Amino acid sequence: MNTTTKPSGSGAQKMDVIVEAVTPLNDLVTRFDFKRANGEDFPTFSGGAHTVIEMQDGDRVRLNPYSLMSDPVQTASYSISVRRDDEGRGGSLFMHNHVKVGDRMRLSTPVNLFCLDLRAKKHIFVAGGIGITPFLGMIAQLERTQGRWELHYSGRSRALASYAEQLTRQHGSKVHIYFDDQSQTIDIDGLLSGQPLGSHLYVCGPAGMISWVLGRAADSAWPSDSVHSEEFLAPQSGEPFQVRLCQSDKTIEVGAHESLLEAIERAGVAAPYLCRGGACGQCETTVLEYDGEFQHRDHWLEDAEHASGKKIMPCVSRFVGKTLVLDR
Amino acid sequence: MSIQFNKETFRDDYSFHNSERAIKRFPFPFHEDSYMYAVNMEQHQGGPKDSVYEMRFDVDEHYVAEMQDRAQVLADDPLRCQSLPHMTLAGWDLLELIMVSKSEDYPEFFELQRDGLYWRWINKPLGIDDSFTFLDESTLPYGPMEYICRQTQGDFCVLDQRDEMLWMDAGMVTTQADWSLDFDIGMNFFEWHAPVPLAHEMGIFKRALKFLLNIQQGTPARRLNWTMTVNPLLDTSPENYHKWGIQKTSLTPENIGGKQFLRVELQTFFRLPRSNALVFPIRCYLIAFEDIVSVPKWGRRLHRVIRDLPVELATYKGFIDNRPMMLDYLSEYDDGLPTSPGVWPELDTEPSLQAV
Repeated sequence: MNTTTKPSGSGAQKMDVIVEAVTPLNDLVTRFDFKRANGEDFPTFSGGAHTVIEMQDGDRVRLNPYSLMSDPVQTASYSISVRRDDEGRGGSLFMHNHVKVGDRMRLSTPVNLFCLDLRAKKHIFVAGGIGITPFLGMIAQLERTQGRWELHYSGRSRALASYAEQLTRQHGSKVHIYFDDQSQTIDIDGLLSGQPLGSHLYVCGPAGMISWVLGRAADSAWPSDSVHSEEFLAPQSGEPFQVRLCQSDKTIEVGAHESLLEAIERAGVAAPYLCRGGACGQCETTVLEYDGEFQHRDHWLEDAEHASGKKIMPCVSRFVGKTLVLDR
Repeated sequence: MSIQFNKETFRDDYSFHNSERAIKRFPFPFHEDSYMYAVNMEQHQGGPKDSVYEMRFDVDEHYVAEMQDRAQVLADDPLRCQSLPHMTLAGWDLLELIMVSKSEDYPEFFELQRDGLYWRWINKPLGIDDSFTFLDESTLPYGPMEYICRQTQGDFCVLDQRDEMLWMDAGMVTTQADWSLDFDIGMNFFEWHAPVPLAHEMGIFKRALKFLLNIQQGTPARRLNWTMTVNPLLDTSPENYHKWGIQKTSLTPENIGGKQFLRVELQTFFRLPRSNALVFPIRCYLIAFEDIVSVPKWGRRLHRVIRDLPVELATYKGFIDNRPMMLDYLSEYDDGLPTSPGVWPELDTEPSLQAV
């Protein structure tokens, strides 16, 4: 008890895994099933949890978060679904193009930033596209505990709405599916107005959909702590920039297609992280000096903190300018 | 390792006592000759052999007697155990965590057999052998949290995590340092810490909350806290203050060595996987002043810490009136020699007490 310890170094603990199955679901989404390399069961988890998958892409290590979508009680394997993003920085393309059955990879222990509120009298899920994945684990959990829920899931088309058919088959009238190409849309106002007191609303999907649902919920006077959302931001590409890491006494280059956090890690500096998507707050870093403009993209810092020039979330945010010195 | 469980009481005749082994492994909380609040967290991933940090849930010679005392407290006051309706899943999480940990760490005392959801739990020291269905409350004699906490030393706060905040929504609390679960149930982290002096101004609780919210599965954490108790009382609750508060006036220069106890809490924090709640076990260790000063380093240091402690803290911890008498006693064991850094007793290297 002599020392004061900071939160665990970088990320959650890691597990060695073997790819057990690669199952293309449609043109865009592929499911990956993993078992543990040591033959043991995985830790159990709560619905809505994610894992960070470590991809060895040549000499580059990619770390992407994906929701765990299996039944939390079935711990012999973990499953994730990966949507191919042709415009992205390459993590999903690596999963789709290079990962095959029998490959060894590493997964983090589960982290949950999008948890069920177990006080809810009823859980209402609104999903858009690949945003369906966290709800699969939540639904499995609620089915075991006789929880009350309904799902409203909108996808581009019948072919691209992953798991829609399976969900309808298993859960019947609790599941409502909407296809964009048939001009079907969620009647959000009707949905929000007809719910019993004590209901909780959960939204996961594209940014536009989340802000639309949250906005309508606020306008309908839903209590803000009864409304939950999760959006994992993928780091975006941008102009390369230079950063001085003061504690480590290093100057690093952040490439156009890597995040600031990735560049810090590439330089051999251990930086804390969990979600790598601008949501958890773990990688919050103090800015010591700057001359230029921040491109803040996280959901963690307050607007005032963004404006202060004193904090940055290196997992998703970038910088344009002459000088940036970080306390790292 | 074999443990001889003490026959002892924490009330009436106060026959509680620490063996030589228990003294040596006591979690002395001061790593230097002074004390101030800090977010003094570290990983709870084992510790030196036979220390209280070695196992996930330490079982020691007081186990059986503490469980008997707990049963008595619960019989007198059932509100010491409460679980809001949404916390049942977290209760199962806690039961699983403790049964798995204890059966792995102390196979000579505890056995867990699992066939899917059909479990059998054997607790040899308490003579329990129960078969039940995991996640089915109707198959256990108590709710899952109450069932396992009646068999585990230490208080348990089960904290729900919502909206970047922790909520005291379940717990079993019978060995507390003057706080009440019944009063705090449903409160958030800042609300139940409101009575603590100085620490709010220091920003301690904001930082501590941030740390706790980020504790993840597989990486539990721990810290120590401490206070003072006259007589080896486990139950120093506000509910019973009328019974134990008055005992603080029974201290005399003649009886203080055996009657004044340093009370140390080993606080641990585990993320619960199925519910995403956080469990906060608070394990109480008691040691008489006369046993502390049998370790020369601890005798020297305790004197200096108590002497220099800010008035606010001595008041909050409830011993400001007795501090002069404590210092008279402890100064006999402080010869002014320097102490080595760290909490360990260092019996082989620290010089024995010189004439004061």
